Amino acid sequence: MSEQTVAPVLERSIENELVTRFPECVSLDTRKGYSGVLVKPENLIEVATALRDDLGYDYLVSVTGTDYLPEGMMETVYHIYKATGGPGLVFKAQFPRDHAVVPSLVPVFPGADLQERETWDLLGIRFEGHPDLRRILLWEGFEGHPLRKDWREPFFEEEAKPFKSRWPEGHIQRAEDKNPFSNNVAYPPDFDPDSWVEDKDSMLYESLKRSIKQQGSDIQTDIVMVNMGPQHPSTHGVFRMVVALSGETIVSLKPVMGYLHRNHEKIAERNTYLQIMPYTDRLDYLSSMSNNFGYALAVEKLTGARPPERAEYLRVIMAEFTRICNHLFAIGSLLNDLGAYFTPILYAIEERELILDVFEAVAGSRMMCNYFRFGGVARDLPEGILEQIRKIAFDRLPPKIDELDLYLTNNEIIRSRTEGVGVLTPEQAIAYSAAGPVLRASGVPYDIRRADPYSIYDRFDFDVVVHYHGDAYDRYLVRIEEMRQSVRIIQQAVKDLPGGPIQEGKPQYQVRVPAGEAYGRVEGPKGELGFYVVANGKPNPWRYHVRAPSFINLTPYELMCVGNKVADTVAILGSIDIVLGEVDR
Amino acid sequence: MDGMGIVKGMGVTLRRFLGTFVDDLKWLGKRYYTEEGVARRRSTDTRGIFTVQYPEEKLPVPEEFRYVPFLVYEEGQDGEKKPRCTSCGICAKVCPPQCIWIERTVNPNTGRPVPEPKAFYIDIDICMNCGFCAEFCPFDAIKMDHDYELSVYDRHQKDIYDLVHLLKPVSYYATIRPKNYALEEAAWAKAAHKPMD
Amino acid sequence: MSDMKRDNINSTKYDIPPELEGRVSVTTLDKIYNWGRRSSIWPMMFGLACCAIEMICTAASRYDFARFGMEVMRPSPRQADLMLVSGTVTKKMIPILVRLYNQMPEPKYVVAMGACASGGGPFKEGYNVVAGVDRYIPVDVYIPGCPPTPQALLHGLITLQRKIDTQSIKTVRWYRKEPIEAIPVPILGPDVLDPRQANILKEIAQAKQTEQAQG
Repeated sequence: MSEQTVAPVLERSIENELVTRFPECVSLDTRKGYSGVLVKPENLIEVATALRDDLGYDYLVSVTGTDYLPEGMMETVYHIYKATGGPGLVFKAQFPRDHAVVPSLVPVFPGADLQERETWDLLGIRFEGHPDLRRILLWEGFEGHPLRKDWREPFFEEEAKPFKSRWPEGHIQRAEDKNPFSNNVAYPPDFDPDSWVEDKDSMLYESLKRSIKQQGSDIQTDIVMVNMGPQHPSTHGVFRMVVALSGETIVSLKPVMGYLHRNHEKIAERNTYLQIMPYTDRLDYLSSMSNNFGYALAVEKLTGARPPERAEYLRVIMAEFTRICNHLFAIGSLLNDLGAYFTPILYAIEERELILDVFEAVAGSRMMCNYFRFGGVARDLPEGILEQIRKIAFDRLPPKIDELDLYLTNNEIIRSRTEGVGVLTPEQAIAYSAAGPVLRASGVPYDIRRADPYSIYDRFDFDVVVHYHGDAYDRYLVRIEEMRQSVRIIQQAVKDLPGGPIQEGKPQYQVRVPAGEAYGRVEGPKGELGFYVVANGKPNPWRYHVRAPSFINLTPYELMCVGNKVADTVAILGSIDIVLGEVDR
Repeated sequence: MDGMGIVKGMGVTLRRFLGTFVDDLKWLGKRYYTEEGVARRRSTDTRGIFTVQYPEEKLPVPEEFRYVPFLVYEEGQDGEKKPRCTSCGICAKVCPPQCIWIERTVNPNTGRPVPEPKAFYIDIDICMNCGFCAEFCPFDAIKMDHDYELSVYDRHQKDIYDLVHLLKPVSYYATIRPKNYALEEAAWAKAAHKPMD
Repeated sequence: MSDMKRDNINSTKYDIPPELEGRVSVTTLDKIYNWGRRSSIWPMMFGLACCAIEMICTAASRYDFARFGMEVMRPSPRQADLMLVSGTVTKKMIPILVRLYNQMPEPKYVVAMGACASGGGPFKEGYNVVAGVDRYIPVDVYIPGCPPTPQALLHGLITLQRKIDTQSIKTVRWYRKEPIEAIPVPILGPDVLDPRQANILKEIAQAKQTEQAQG
């Protein structure tokens, strides 16, 4: 508890230092419930360079924007941390809504690349100096910027749920029956379908050609463009890559996303806080418990709720089981992509099914668990489940992980296909904001459970797994070893599990959240999962943003692939371990 | 690179392969289509063939399993169905994708609301099986079902469940969720015995 | 083969003398044709979102759907019979989905797995989600649930098999004289447009113009 009183003082000192260093362009953010500093947009690059070079804050974690319609301004919000660990800093740049232009941070922090494109796409904030500002989640030609507060979707009913049409006069009407097209579409009045010329990705191919010229070519060879399209057996979902090849070697690569963009953030702005919880399950659908954990932490920072001891232990047990499930599936599908057709993934799924049985018995569903609540967890463990958990953690998993290790790790085919492939140096990993196993396999020992501990992780004894080569083989090794560390944590938690209540106070469906902002981060299995929530005292949030690790881990993907053969793209993508629900939200 | 890694890996696969036959022999033909066989394949010390052969062997679902909601009715003396629902509307308010429509009965003489639902619709094509409606109902009137065999050929007729389709008896609820039912009955009994103040 | 015994392949019109029972079967061409097709449906690997993980689990060790003949999951549409739409269909993805459906050779079936593919699901109110894949392609079986458990998916596939059993060579659409029209691929304009609905758009625009001219 003493950390909580010391930390704000430390935070204020970095903010105060910035204010004294740049008195004319940096000021403290004094809005109620907010923290951090405000920076003038024209001095943004200067301040960012000072933070990175002089003050040691070199790990830019999140870039997003917020639309404040009543005040007529928009702001971009940056969260930045030190790669050596510790609390972070939030800084924002504010500018008027009708002239939403801000300098891009890509020259200072290359990891801001995809996130700034997303902010341009959804909010309409233009970033000057960005090398390639195109829409990323929607298609070129889409009308408007959806996350702006004055943009309404075709099936719009009311500004916030619950809708009045459901009760007490609930005359059912399917939403598509109200729309003349029986579908979720609406067109601007001047749209003429006969004269519309479809864009067909012209900007994408132009940017690909530009990056080829930058690579330089001495021999006059033909460059072949290959679309490894959304329908592909190895792309972990609907992910598309446009690759420029010279022979079999990759010259340039552009990822295309947005084929699963389910407008999670816009829906969340209409939902109440508790109603968002089942939607967070569907972000990283392989590890739903840790998504719930991150969101519960973010809102608990705003409300100040502290879960009771038993709930904290249950949360840790469920989060670590989720990590094991996810790594099993990741290793299995990496092997599937490398060509060991279905056997390793069958062995991995067998163990995963046993863990999913536990989730089904405790939370009610195998994958979409919806188990965490603000101030605790939803239900207590049923009878007999603690015994099953104990058997899995002590008797079943350790020998099975060893068997998987023996089966795969020293296999010569796997080694020759993944060693030296997709190398990411530690400096590049930090600059490109990589997180999770990708960062740790490059030699940077940053694990949020140690660097910036949340919940009760400071009570457990576990190692942070680091490897130093930064290639695909190391990422695989990091995952195997992390499974062993997770089993270690579960064993300790099961031994110390106390009795007691599992939720603070009575279960409520209308949570009172005071105004302010919060950023809750957890070490998800794929990396740092962060939730940025801005509240204004109403039952639904004003702004809600998800810092998705798979999305940001794709920023160095082009860097990792250039120079390798086209067959290696699949191995590298499998070793980064993306899941499209998170990439596209 | 001498190939020993591959050989050791193949050894693991061979051991598992032979293990399936050994395990089948041990059980002498009672491994499949029996309840104890299914339970063994579900436990943490399972080995050998892991498959549960649906539809002949169905894996039983645990008590907390949630699929589509249903409404509970008390069985009256002459077979009449008395739904527990009072159309308070909390489930409709708390549903995240707003898939519940409730029409409250209004007394035509006095114009005041009557605690009974006149119409109750759930659109299954929107429901995300989260269980909030069952969790926050103050009258234990709506609960999550266990039945998952719901595939249809035509969703426009069949996938909007109305009151008739949703009502199921308390006895059914007690069979699928015995522990929850016992806890709720005890809580209602305790509340009934409390002195009114 | 156990299907054959259970389905009672023998047609009931003819009596088989007892000394030939077990050696001779009298059946209809429809039954043989349907039995061959329903026992070896090859699904196309079309996993979009969370339901795809349940589809992979159905193909994996515990709920094996190789027992139903569906083991060969082909990523290429040219070699597949069944498009198992599992997951949310977004507007950016729908032109690709329609194109893939057109590339599948007949006989082809579509199963909408999950709430999102059936009717938009919990994400229906969003701006990038199509309210059900049956707006664009014909669907044979809908499986509700979010996500449907592997046992529910297997039940849905058995329902599809029962549907195939009721088809007859005389009435199936791929043996008719007229060529089957391909479904027109949607266009990504300011919002996705189904070319079959372009006339509705023009009617609305005309109605607005007359309204403005009058008012």
